[in-house]
Amino acid sequence: MSQPDFSHDGIRTARGTAFRYLFMLCALLSILTTVAIVLTLLVDSADFFAQVSPVEFLTGTRWSPTNDPIAFGVLPLISGTLIITVGAAMVALPIGLLTAIYLSEYASERRRAYLKPALEVLAGVPTVVYGYFALVYVTPALDTFLPLSTFNALSASIMVGIMIIPMVSSISEDAMSAVPDSLRQASYGLGATKFTVSTSVVVPAALSGIFSSFILALSRAIGETMIVAIAAGQTPRLADVTDPAGLFLNSVQTMTAAMVQIGTGDIVGQGVAYKSLFAVGLTLFVITFVMNLISEFVASRYREVYR
Amino acid sequence: MAADTTDAPADSGFGKISRTKDVAFRLLALAATLIGIVSLAVLLANVTVDAVGWLDWQFLTNPPHPDPYEAGFFPALIGSIAIMLLIALITFPLGVGAAVYLEEYANDGYLTRFIQLNIANLAGVPSVVYGLLGLGLFIGLLNIGYGTVIVAGFTVSLLVLPIVIISAQEAIRAVPDSQRQASYGMGATKWQTIRNVVLPRAMPGIMTGTILALGRAIGETAPLIMIAAPTTVFGVPNSLFSKVSAMPLQIYNWASYPNTEFQYGVVAAGVVTLLVVLLSINSIAIIIRNRYQQRT
Repeated sequence: MSQPDFSHDGIRTARGTAFRYLFMLCALLSILTTVAIVLTLLVDSADFFAQVSPVEFLTGTRWSPTNDPIAFGVLPLISGTLIITVGAAMVALPIGLLTAIYLSEYASERRRAYLKPALEVLAGVPTVVYGYFALVYVTPALDTFLPLSTFNALSASIMVGIMIIPMVSSISEDAMSAVPDSLRQASYGLGATKFTVSTSVVVPAALSGIFSSFILALSRAIGETMIVAIAAGQTPRLADVTDPAGLFLNSVQTMTAAMVQIGTGDIVGQGVAYKSLFAVGLTLFVITFVMNLISEFVASRYREVYR
Repeated sequence: MAADTTDAPADSGFGKISRTKDVAFRLLALAATLIGIVSLAVLLANVTVDAVGWLDWQFLTNPPHPDPYEAGFFPALIGSIAIMLLIALITFPLGVGAAVYLEEYANDGYLTRFIQLNIANLAGVPSVVYGLLGLGLFIGLLNIGYGTVIVAGFTVSLLVLPIVIISAQEAIRAVPDSQRQASYGMGATKWQTIRNVVLPRAMPGIMTGTILALGRAIGETAPLIMIAAPTTVFGVPNSLFSKVSAMPLQIYNWASYPNTEFQYGVVAAGVVTLLVVLLSINSIAIIIRNRYQQRT
């Protein structure tokens, strides 16, 4: 619409309009996808909540969709997800932030040219491969000095952490590169070292971008499925805060792993256990969607600052 | 740091301390940068060593088998390629169409901004949720059938579509505006300008993004599990409605076998095959990008 159309040929104009609407349909498909996701999750969850009360679902402390006594409390799954996410955050946030500082403030142009793609490979490895690595190499290696069970939260969260490093580093680096050079020069002019400039000027100035990358990365960790389904096991248990080490040494079940367990089970059909899949999916969708929105909001706030 | 900046005697070694701190921090940051890359390299070296002796012609051409020495990857390999081709056919026109609309036609109103925000959010929806969408929509509502090629293709297409759209938008945005103006100046219509000027110029970038998205698609496991794709299939799919497995599903299945021949041999061979396919796909994308880079 913004460009002039000098054609007076009716057929050509009609064809142009047809293409315009065709392309518009393609773009609207993305909205349709969102609507379809929400409807699918809501309709089947409604069936589930007709049989299990939402209060029981949200406050129940036992998850046992198939074994007697059957119980549908989502809290053990949420606590499992939290454990993995906290573990992954402890790996990815410091490493990702330091990586971003290195790439943005220290690395030469040439070094950055090969370090950045190399880091992005981390996010491109199929998660089933990471899960296999965690189960077959990381757990036995850690087992030599830690009392680990075969399936445990520790190696799974280390792997999830490694997977999300590039999400933290690349968005944080963009934010740091957007910090105007005049701020750095002013700091150097006061006699500051590069360390001071990086940590006391660049990082605070880029804080909203860094924060946004953290939220996005944590949202990925919450939704990550195959690593936790393979390496963290299938033991839904409510976190016992009196034993913080035990949380990581033992098997936990996350929301996503529970979905995989139901999905690969023989209960495909119309039962309550099958419908619980959609209720857990809805919970997961709501949590990650809200986090993505917050991340988007924070990021768009910071964009305004230096433009 | 505040303490460092107070009046210190000239021989306090203050400069030396902050210099040491500076170098130490630089090394720490470099170490952090390398930690992920190095640990991945170590794991890849491990799996490659384990795959030696298992990854042979027989492994690539046999169907799965309970005996690790007989087990093969062929149906999963072909299944992955079939799903991927379908995804390419679906996402390429839809993704490019959406990107053309957003970059060339849409004006910067609320609807456009809403679509844009929505695409960004879709890119962050967990893949397992897309699996539920496939299950509810294609199997539950349209009744197409559990675990078929077509359901797998549709489901994963919706999953990678946001990535294709975002990369196609970047490619279209990179076409200089002067070229559009030149085209209009010659009397071309909007559609002619898009078809003859914008799309040919943006095509290498669009192709690169699409191929990278296909690489992402080939590794997806969770959505396929949700649409009840079988983890093990013994034949290759011969229609859009055949049941299909895929490489990551077969790997997931084998990884749950308790015997070490499977855990350290057969699965390692499968992982290496998957990564080699993924690497070839990504190299094609990089080759395309490098070949056309000088023209932008």
